[in-house]
Amino acid sequence: MSTSETVIRVENLGKRYRIGTNQPPAKTLGGKLKNTLTSPFEWLEKQMRPPTEEETLWALNDVSFEVNRGEVVGVIGRNGAGKSTLLKILSRITEPSIGFAEIRGRVGALLEVGTGMHPELTGRENIYQNGCILGMRKWEIDKKFDEIVDFSGIKKFIDTPVKRYSSGQRVRLGFAIAAHLEPEILVVDEVLAVGDIEFQNKCLGKMQDIADRGRTVLFVSHNMGAVENLCSRAILLNNGTIFENGPVNDILKKYTGFINNKQILNALSTNKDRSGNGMLRIRNVKILSNQSLRTNCSFTLSISVENCSKKPISKISLGYSISTSTGTILFISYSDYSDIYFSCQRENIEFHIEVRKLPLTPGHYEISARLLGENIELDWPRYPVLKFEILNSGIHDEYKNPHSGKGPISLSSHWKIISN
Amino acid sequence: MSETSEKTLLIKPTKGFSSLGLHELWEFRDLLGFQILKEIKGKYRQMALGPLWIVLQPLINMIILSLVFGKVAKLDAGGIPYPLLTYSALIPWTFFQNASQLSSACLVTEMNVISKVYFPRMILPASYIIGRIVDFLATFSILVIMLIAWGYYPSLKWLAILPYLALAVFTTLAISTWTASLTVQFRDMKFLVQYGTQAAMYITPVAYLATNFPPEWLWLLKLNPMFYVCEGFRWSLIGVGQGPELYMLWPISIVVIMTISGMFMFRKTERTIVDLL
Repeated sequence: MSTSETVIRVENLGKRYRIGTNQPPAKTLGGKLKNTLTSPFEWLEKQMRPPTEEETLWALNDVSFEVNRGEVVGVIGRNGAGKSTLLKILSRITEPSIGFAEIRGRVGALLEVGTGMHPELTGRENIYQNGCILGMRKWEIDKKFDEIVDFSGIKKFIDTPVKRYSSGQRVRLGFAIAAHLEPEILVVDEVLAVGDIEFQNKCLGKMQDIADRGRTVLFVSHNMGAVENLCSRAILLNNGTIFENGPVNDILKKYTGFINNKQILNALSTNKDRSGNGMLRIRNVKILSNQSLRTNCSFTLSISVENCSKKPISKISLGYSISTSTGTILFISYSDYSDIYFSCQRENIEFHIEVRKLPLTPGHYEISARLLGENIELDWPRYPVLKFEILNSGIHDEYKNPHSGKGPISLSSHWKIISN
Repeated sequence: MSETSEKTLLIKPTKGFSSLGLHELWEFRDLLGFQILKEIKGKYRQMALGPLWIVLQPLINMIILSLVFGKVAKLDAGGIPYPLLTYSALIPWTFFQNASQLSSACLVTEMNVISKVYFPRMILPASYIIGRIVDFLATFSILVIMLIAWGYYPSLKWLAILPYLALAVFTTLAISTWTASLTVQFRDMKFLVQYGTQAAMYITPVAYLATNFPPEWLWLLKLNPMFYVCEGFRWSLIGVGQGPELYMLWPISIVVIMTISGMFMFRKTERTIVDLL
């Protein structure tokens, strides 16, 4: 240990997975038959030898960091960035391929709420069973039993088999058990994706409580509000390596940029699911990095359009829509609504749309775009051209809003009382 | 903070075989207890006959085997009532068959727990095997009733079944540690164990006395540790069948070697099992 305060030290940690490689399918029936017969042997041969370079995927590569006692560190990154692999190694579910991690103190890992609950057993029996799986001793559970039941709020059903529970009740019981584990280091993976808002807040409160008592928490979440609230530091993973490691606010800024600019780009050049005569093609949509994005949700949307026809085109109307991540369209706006038309010569063009004070609550949203010409459709990709996440609308302090996430629109209201 | 909590844990790739980590099994002994409880309690919930099935399985087998080999084939029973003859060997055999089938599949059946939380995986086969010992006790109590009914009264010689039971336990452990590790990569193992143990019953003196086997092949059949377990149960309780002999050391040493190597194999699989499941 480098200092007495370090409780987690990770050095050059890496995890290699073997992935399948594609074989060209046989053309003839004989070839197919031969492949079927030889495949078990080929498979065996593959298992025996070390994987070749193209069969190797480094889910985690050369990751080093330290966590001090009492720190609450958020681990963020896109899907497949290596967050879960990291937690799996730290909670000893799987071994790393190279490097090492040194951990001081008991680790409590909560990679899934309600792991190992037996549906046929009662809540009471499951508390003991589950507590033991998470590493508690029986006497510790005895001591905590009433607290766990209180926290879960299912006192009435404690002697009912868990299979009769609603999924919410099951989650509550699962988190209650894990939260009372009292490990020195708590590793939590995206548990808050389940359960209602009220319970989510209760869980966050409990985690805050654990952190306040000087325990170390490693927290993986997509809920940026929760990460920002709870964590002092964040580690941003990308493609299995540490992209950035620092104060949570700096990291979150980068992470939003991350989402904004990267997710859809490939689809726009490869996805053929679009209509229109193709004289103009939308090639790139991005949100221009802008400080006011974080403060009041105003930003500039940049849409690059290629002129495939190489001819002058006039009377172009540009439209865009914003929908929720579940596909509900929130609004549609075309420039011709305001009698604004564009025209272009042979060159490629770039439109800038200034979006002012987007009244949306925190969450994930999608933008679609469409180009219309005079009585004709020019280009319409039938999929979102950009996805983005709103952290804070700037209208309310969303972290104070217990109903955050219950509706996509955030409006500022003027309140006053009229006396009789 | 307590001194146990300040332990430093080093997570790094292990090369080759690691220690058996038996001290860890001890640390997780409460989990072993609850795992057994869960297994036994969960299994028979919402069944009309419930735990009665534990004893019904060997009893039904006893009736079938007695009819086929006693009544139809009229094999030599050495003057012992045929049901008693089969049942006394059926109960260690049923233990062996159920325990090895369940515990060899344990890593796959408990996949969702294994992939989410760490604990010594050896707890799983151990809990299945101990759970079947509990079943064994239930079936044994029926045997005691049968023995007394046919006039065989308890004696000190009955205690001789304990080492035989231990041999059956270790045979199961040897098979399940090896097959559980292999099942992770080759799901075929599950069927192999299932049909293998079913077929093995016929080369083990379960349904008939060993004297019915061709004597020139006995040296080979006796390499099967369950041969001695089944015959030994009869020898201890009823007084017929093959008792202990020096040749037993062969199957016993096979079991010892296979158990120890199997446990090391199991430990090796355990480390990266999540990546293979």
